Amino acid sequence: MRTVCAAEIRDAVARLCVEANRKLPCDMECALRSARESEPWPLAKETLGTLCENLEAAARTGLPICQDTGMACVFTEIGQDVHIEGDFESAVNEGVAKGYTEGLLRKSVVRDPIRRGNTGDNTPAVLNVRLVPGDRVRIVVAPKGFGSENMSRIAMLKPSQGEDGVKDFVVETVCLAGPNPCPPVVVGVGVGGTFERAALLAKQALLRPVGSHHPDPYYAAMEEELLARINALGTGPQGFGGQTTALGVQIETFPTHIAGMPVAVNIGCHVTRHAEVIV
Amino acid sequence: MTQHRITCPVTREQFEPLRAGDTVLLSGTIYTARDAAHKRLFALLREGKPLPFDVRGAAVYYAGPTPAPEGMPIGACGPTTSGRMDAYAPALMREGLIVMIGKGARSAEVEAAVRETGAVYLAAIGGAGALAADCVQSAELVCYEDLGSEAIRRLTVRDMPLTVVLDAHGGNLYREGPAAYLASRNA
Repeated sequence: MRTVCAAEIRDAVARLCVEANRKLPCDMECALRSARESEPWPLAKETLGTLCENLEAAARTGLPICQDTGMACVFTEIGQDVHIEGDFESAVNEGVAKGYTEGLLRKSVVRDPIRRGNTGDNTPAVLNVRLVPGDRVRIVVAPKGFGSENMSRIAMLKPSQGEDGVKDFVVETVCLAGPNPCPPVVVGVGVGGTFERAALLAKQALLRPVGSHHPDPYYAAMEEELLARINALGTGPQGFGGQTTALGVQIETFPTHIAGMPVAVNIGCHVTRHAEVIV
Repeated sequence: MTQHRITCPVTREQFEPLRAGDTVLLSGTIYTARDAAHKRLFALLREGKPLPFDVRGAAVYYAGPTPAPEGMPIGACGPTTSGRMDAYAPALMREGLIVMIGKGARSAEVEAAVRETGAVYLAAIGGAGALAADCVQSAELVCYEDLGSEAIRRLTVRDMPLTVVLDAHGGNLYREGPAAYLASRNA
């Protein structure tokens, strides 16, 4: 049994909040730069160039890439052979408060969804915990901005709607989102499970390297097809028109009930970010 | 596509030549206000009370910046999604607001009010918050400090690069831009 103290968790979460907001993962940055190269429409190419310049500005100034530094989605995998000394969930929230305060990130969380009122330190995090074999703790912090979160959708489709039903719902969701989610977007799709599992799968799909494919060739081909259909919509970067509406479509699946076919689409913006560490 | 240099506060006449798709380098004074501040401004209008700043000829920037690091006037300060302010925007335009800066689609009511009042809706680049800070020379609190990043701030900006989305003549870049791109593909 290995012991990890809660303060270590707190400090790791704090560092990850700041890191994720200041530096885009390499795969996202490469995807943006290569989209700029291949974009044929002049205004779209120029807009993608501005997005690349913004990443450089963040590196130069130490400012967050985007002012919407998000709600902190924290995914953790705790080894069964780890003993956490102290309160794990409190440590995560203390880490978020520390990271967002000391890192000069924006506090964007309200304490009540209807009556509002800022919590002042960006807590609470949206925490996901999985118990896994081993004696390590893996922490992923994925700050999620709401320009793109607000454009996400879920549907409980009928099994008879099949593959076409799923594909049409995904394309329709991106089409309806238009310029709002800060395209070029990353499209996370969760198919199967239950209502809440589909949504979680869609969010987890956004944690994959952009452009990576589902291990099942059937879904890998669907990801390719959906990306082509979405990039034929014409929305383009910022919705000003162009080829690059999405940088990637990523599908995650789970077995489901004989009566159902849930589909969730979680849209990530061009600043789809996450940072991780193993404690 | 024409580039215009404009300094706020402005008159409607200055925006008359602007067309959707044109670019603007905006300088001068602009006011940040987003969801919670708009709710308060709207309540003041309904009660017939004066607004905390003069909206006549003014530019409102839908933005909630990150805290300013030492030695800088502001943190990251890109635009937020404008559609959430649609319920409040027409009333402000009727009070004399001329420039709205944000990103994303607007309602039919906002489009109509833009045409009716001769206002303009300009897009900043969503998600480019670090770069936007380069254009801000100073920032000072006007009111609603309790709202944190949602407080109203007076910014002095220089050559802020913006794109005309809605013009006073019914132009809409979010319709025309994608349509022009798709037409070029089919040509």
